[in-house]
Amino acid sequence: MQQEIELAQLKKITDIIQKRFDFDFGNYAMSSFKRRIQRVIEIYKYASIDALIDRLNDADHKFFQEFLSEITVNVTEMFRDPTFWRELKESIIPNLLLNDREINIWHAGCSSGEEVFSMAILLTEMNLLGKAKIVASDVDNAILAKAREGKYPIKNMEVNQKNYERYEGSFLLQKYYKEEAGKAIMDKELVKNVEWREHNLVSGGSFAKFDLILCRNVMIYFNQQLQNTVLKTFHESLHKYCYLAVGSKESLIWCEIANKFVVVNNEEKIYKKVKD
Amino acid sequence: MSASQKYEIDESLPYKAIAIGGSAGSFQVVTKILSSLPTDFELPIMMCLHRLRHVRNGFTEALNIKSTINIEEPTDKEPIKKGKIYLAPANYHLCVELGNTFALSTEELFNNSRPAIDYMIQTAAHNYRHKLIAILLSGANKDGALGMKAASEKGALTVVQDPAECLIDTMPTSALKITKINHTLSVDKIIDLLLYIDQKIKKKK
Ligand SMILES: C[S@@+](CC[C@H](N)C(=O)[O-])C[C@H]1O[C@@H](n2cnc3c(N)ncnc32)[C@H](O)[C@@H]1O
Repeated sequence: MQQEIELAQLKKITDIIQKRFDFDFGNYAMSSFKRRIQRVIEIYKYASIDALIDRLNDADHKFFQEFLSEITVNVTEMFRDPTFWRELKESIIPNLLLNDREINIWHAGCSSGEEVFSMAILLTEMNLLGKAKIVASDVDNAILAKAREGKYPIKNMEVNQKNYERYEGSFLLQKYYKEEAGKAIMDKELVKNVEWREHNLVSGGSFAKFDLILCRNVMIYFNQQLQNTVLKTFHESLHKYCYLAVGSKESLIWCEIANKFVVVNNEEKIYKKVKD
Repeated sequence: MSASQKYEIDESLPYKAIAIGGSAGSFQVVTKILSSLPTDFELPIMMCLHRLRHVRNGFTEALNIKSTINIEEPTDKEPIKKGKIYLAPANYHLCVELGNTFALSTEELFNNSRPAIDYMIQTAAHNYRHKLIAILLSGANKDGALGMKAASEKGALTVVQDPAECLIDTMPTSALKITKINHTLSVDKIIDLLLYIDQKIKKKK
């Protein structure tokens, strides 16, 4: 075990990154950010945190992309929280259909794309894929490339299949991929209309209006202040009476702008924008 | 230790929170502890118990049957409050942020666990320092040992369940191997210690 990283050192790192790469980690949740820095030091076998600081000071953008990939947490699953997906199928999507227009969906922080494939499968099984327009974004370019590829280690498919069963999907998940050299190759038809987009929630702001935004297990890596900012972006990006879904252990109630939303389903953390 | 002192603790009673970690063989122990606390217990308790990763409901409910105080799974950035008992949710690491709030994380498994006891106790120790009471119970892997080490280094009060009494003693034994632990106690004595501290805090008020 290395020496414990001090708060002042973390501050130094976020300052350098701001200066050299114009990226603001200052409002990330420090408990996890600290562990991620520790992790980077271990992966690159730096002798100390100062070695990492020096490396960042080189202002090498290629290195920063790699660094960003290691700092962000990309762990995800298909149909994570199966009951959430059932709620989408049984209540949220049918409600949106009443609007009688294209359904615009934004996956903010889509990671390697499992969430997007889950949505595409859900829509396919409801015979609605053609009626939906999906934007999937992440700040980490490398993980977006993986999402685009739609190839997952076959061993991950066990959990995915279990989630899909609990969700009560219509078939077997195998229907949507073929196995090749230890990988599950997802059916590209599912995501052929998805717009993959590099977008930083810290600075990117709103770029379109949506009927449903999923931002699950992303804001947990932010502090309260940044959560407030990002929530404003989502508020701005939602049509009135449309939906925002966050992770099952996240809550808007600590946020300033919470009064512009109502809780639609507290167990699954689905909110509806009710005020402009 | 003077005659009036039952346990060696910081007599200035700085304690602000309790963190409990447990795994295999700890369920009965935890329920025993939780069923013995007064409803107006003075300190918040956070618990990280290894549990099934993909079963979201049922575990907290099962613990709540015996607990005198209602147990909740915290949401992200929830303030840590006195009079509450918190349990790390399935498939999330539970951490403490500076300023006494929780933070959740879906980071990789640690010690093959999510939630990992090490993460909870390390971050709790970082936030509460000598004001933390860290307790490690029965379990079959070494999760929690690094947490107890961090707690010990920050001057927290550290307690492990007596390995002789544990169903599986790997967890407390691993902690004892790498750091100094203030108390090695049976479950009954752990309860007694907690009630003793609670009484002392009440008297001081
Ligand atoms: C744990 S994954 C969540 C994946 C999926 N939504 C789920 O719930 O399973 C978190 C994702 O948030 C992304 N992320 C972190 N900071 C971000 C930022 N500032 N802007 C956009 N995405 C960010 C990470 O790159 C990562 O892919």
